[in-house]
Amino acid sequence: MALLQISEPGQSTAPHEHRLAVGIDLGTTNSLVATVRSGTAETLADEQGHHTLPSIVHYLPDGGCKVGHEARSAATEDPQNTIVSVKRMMGRGLDDIRATGHKLPYEFVQTDSAVPRIKTAAGEFSAVEISADILKVLKQRAEASLGGELKGVVITVPAYFDDAQRQSTKDAATLAGLNVMRLLNEPTAAAVAYGLDHGAEGIHVIYDLGGGTFDVSILRLHKGVFEVLATAGDSALGGDDLDKAVVDWIMQQAGIADDVGHHQMRRLMRDANTAKEALTESDSTEITLELDDGTHWQGNLTREQFNELVDPLIKKTLAPCRRTIRDAGITLDEISEVVMVGGSTRVPRVREKVGEFFNTQPLVDIDPDKVVAIGAGIQADILAGNKPDDELLLLDVLPLSLGLETMGGLMEKVINRNTPIPVSRAQDFTTFKDGQTAMAIHVIQGERELIDDNRSLARFELRGIPAMVAGAARIRVTYQVDADGLLSVSAREETSGVESSIQVKPSYGLTDEEITDMLKASMSHAQEDVDARGLREKQVEADRVLEAINSAVAEDGAALLSDAERSVIDAAISKLKQTREGTDSRAIKQAIDELDKATADYAERRMDASINKAMAGHKIEEFEN
Amino acid sequence: MQVDFSQNHYQIFALPVSFEIDLDALAQRYRELQRAVHPDKFASGTDQERRIAVQRTAQVNEAYDTLKQPLHRARYLLQLNGININDETDTTVDMEFLMEQMEMREKLAEIKTKDDPEGALFDLSQVIQKHSNVIVDALRTQFASISPENLELARESVRKLQFMTKLQQEAAQLDEELAELM
Repeated sequence: MALLQISEPGQSTAPHEHRLAVGIDLGTTNSLVATVRSGTAETLADEQGHHTLPSIVHYLPDGGCKVGHEARSAATEDPQNTIVSVKRMMGRGLDDIRATGHKLPYEFVQTDSAVPRIKTAAGEFSAVEISADILKVLKQRAEASLGGELKGVVITVPAYFDDAQRQSTKDAATLAGLNVMRLLNEPTAAAVAYGLDHGAEGIHVIYDLGGGTFDVSILRLHKGVFEVLATAGDSALGGDDLDKAVVDWIMQQAGIADDVGHHQMRRLMRDANTAKEALTESDSTEITLELDDGTHWQGNLTREQFNELVDPLIKKTLAPCRRTIRDAGITLDEISEVVMVGGSTRVPRVREKVGEFFNTQPLVDIDPDKVVAIGAGIQADILAGNKPDDELLLLDVLPLSLGLETMGGLMEKVINRNTPIPVSRAQDFTTFKDGQTAMAIHVIQGERELIDDNRSLARFELRGIPAMVAGAARIRVTYQVDADGLLSVSAREETSGVESSIQVKPSYGLTDEEITDMLKASMSHAQEDVDARGLREKQVEADRVLEAINSAVAEDGAALLSDAERSVIDAAISKLKQTREGTDSRAIKQAIDELDKATADYAERRMDASINKAMAGHKIEEFEN
Repeated sequence: MQVDFSQNHYQIFALPVSFEIDLDALAQRYRELQRAVHPDKFASGTDQERRIAVQRTAQVNEAYDTLKQPLHRARYLLQLNGININDETDTTVDMEFLMEQMEMREKLAEIKTKDDPEGALFDLSQVIQKHSNVIVDALRTQFASISPENLELARESVRKLQFMTKLQQEAAQLDEELAELM
């Protein structure tokens, strides 16, 4: 028999046009957008030539908002309507937000859902909507700069973001009208930009201290494969906290009371930030402060004093460093390089302490502000299919363990932290009482033993379990985490086959209905717009499915399909072709699902054929044994 | 030959079924498999392709984890030979081993009261590691020639290795607590 040729899966044989794709670094303090143009990754500037967009949104009485540099001055003048560092509120409840110790000038409104909203002159907004307003500006900038509609984006998130924070970020992108190809962990993005640029190999540590988050990741770089071995961090620790330490010092020195007003607080934060930045270059800095009563206070902060103020915070970053080394199962001397990322790594004391800890000179020669966006831009270009032969492959891990609540309020881990993703794992549970017909499943994320010390992600119920004696039922709970680090959970009673499953919508996230409502509200002719958009999306999806199946069948249909299977597929293809020409989006969806079903086995066979091909060179060894 | 994901983790990696394993080859093939199945390779593919890619990658990850860790690998080999170990009920009755376990546990519990808790914990971790290595060596011999007697011995080794692994995890947990206290 002649050998059949099989091409890479997902790779079309026909050449295609360049698809516009960007990487977005949605930061606590600043955001950036980057793309690959003529083979080079670069960040995109606005019309005034600014690359960074301050992550600040100022809401106006006319219902509109200003974002970025335009909103910056309003931060001190109109603090209640100017939202800064919104990233710290993503996927968080009101109690979590208040527990961070930062005094916030906003008026929070508690709604029916667990998601807190901020009352502004333009209306009440959640952190997701505020983030979407930042993303919209970046989207416009990218589309104006690249001259076309974006096909997809890669958005970076702190590696240590939990499921609720990741889901919220994805929701914000949906709300901004972006197609998210991937959520990418910030240190991994930085490693891509750094590693490709330097042709790096071996074990690398990425120490990423940003405006409001801290991550440390250990990666093994090997011929284009970036394999994350372990990650740890603190999703509420960053440059903001260094500023806060300086603010506390100023308040103490100047005798400012704790119940200082919001205007004064924002001015203090601004002055502390200026002082911190000045101390990067000089040994001491003057601080002049205008107090609420019109008088002035003047003080001098030396670098030595500043170091003392921030040392406890830097120390807080070293415990996660120790943990990643242990989890990665490596020793210090195996590390090739330590790469510093994030604006806060400009602080000399941070560099010094990190260097001491890893016993090496950390690398600071890359722009710590842009590197994450650049890495995301490179990944976006590849995911969009613009570089089909590229070797780059990113293998990431789950940052925090996932589990569920068992008797006594204890956490039973189902997937441990630092497990490579995607991952799917099942665990069996049983009933506690005789005749129990329902079971509440409480999905938890975190490392602690007591559920109250961890994050509650979602609750759902499995009902209709046949009545049995306690301990007789067998409930299999399956956790699946995708490449974005997002979880879905299903539960099934094995003896009866009763099933229940949810896409985990975190307790502090928005429901699908809420997102649809928000999308509608943002369009002028709500219902028609949503319908037209829905139809167009379904038609695009239909075209993609048709193109994929046609090229697949052309490649290996003859080898992998029987005549009977072939005719079932052909029938489903012509059905979809016909429906696609109409305007009934539901019918198109149904025809796609039918074709999906008809090709399910075939698609698996193709995937396995490509696996066999990947392993083909190794088969000989098996026969020897 | 067709890869059958439901049957054998070794087959996925084209490696011989054995307790002895070439970890470099395993890591290398893991990367090659990821190149073929990872969902990012199907980012512009259909939902169906992406769904299958997520499942396959999860299976590859599972298989890799099983073969990489000596304890998981040993359990898996027993399973392939028809022996399933139940975590809750399957425990060793070797009194001498259990006494040693108790002693090590007591030492672990006392670490916080020591003058140099981190040093003491490091020493204890080393002791646990040494014990584990001895058990892994025994598993090598037991799996080298498969017989009902050797499989029974391997089962006993796995039970013991589970104890040691649990202990090592608790030591790591304590190390984290100590680091946070600093």
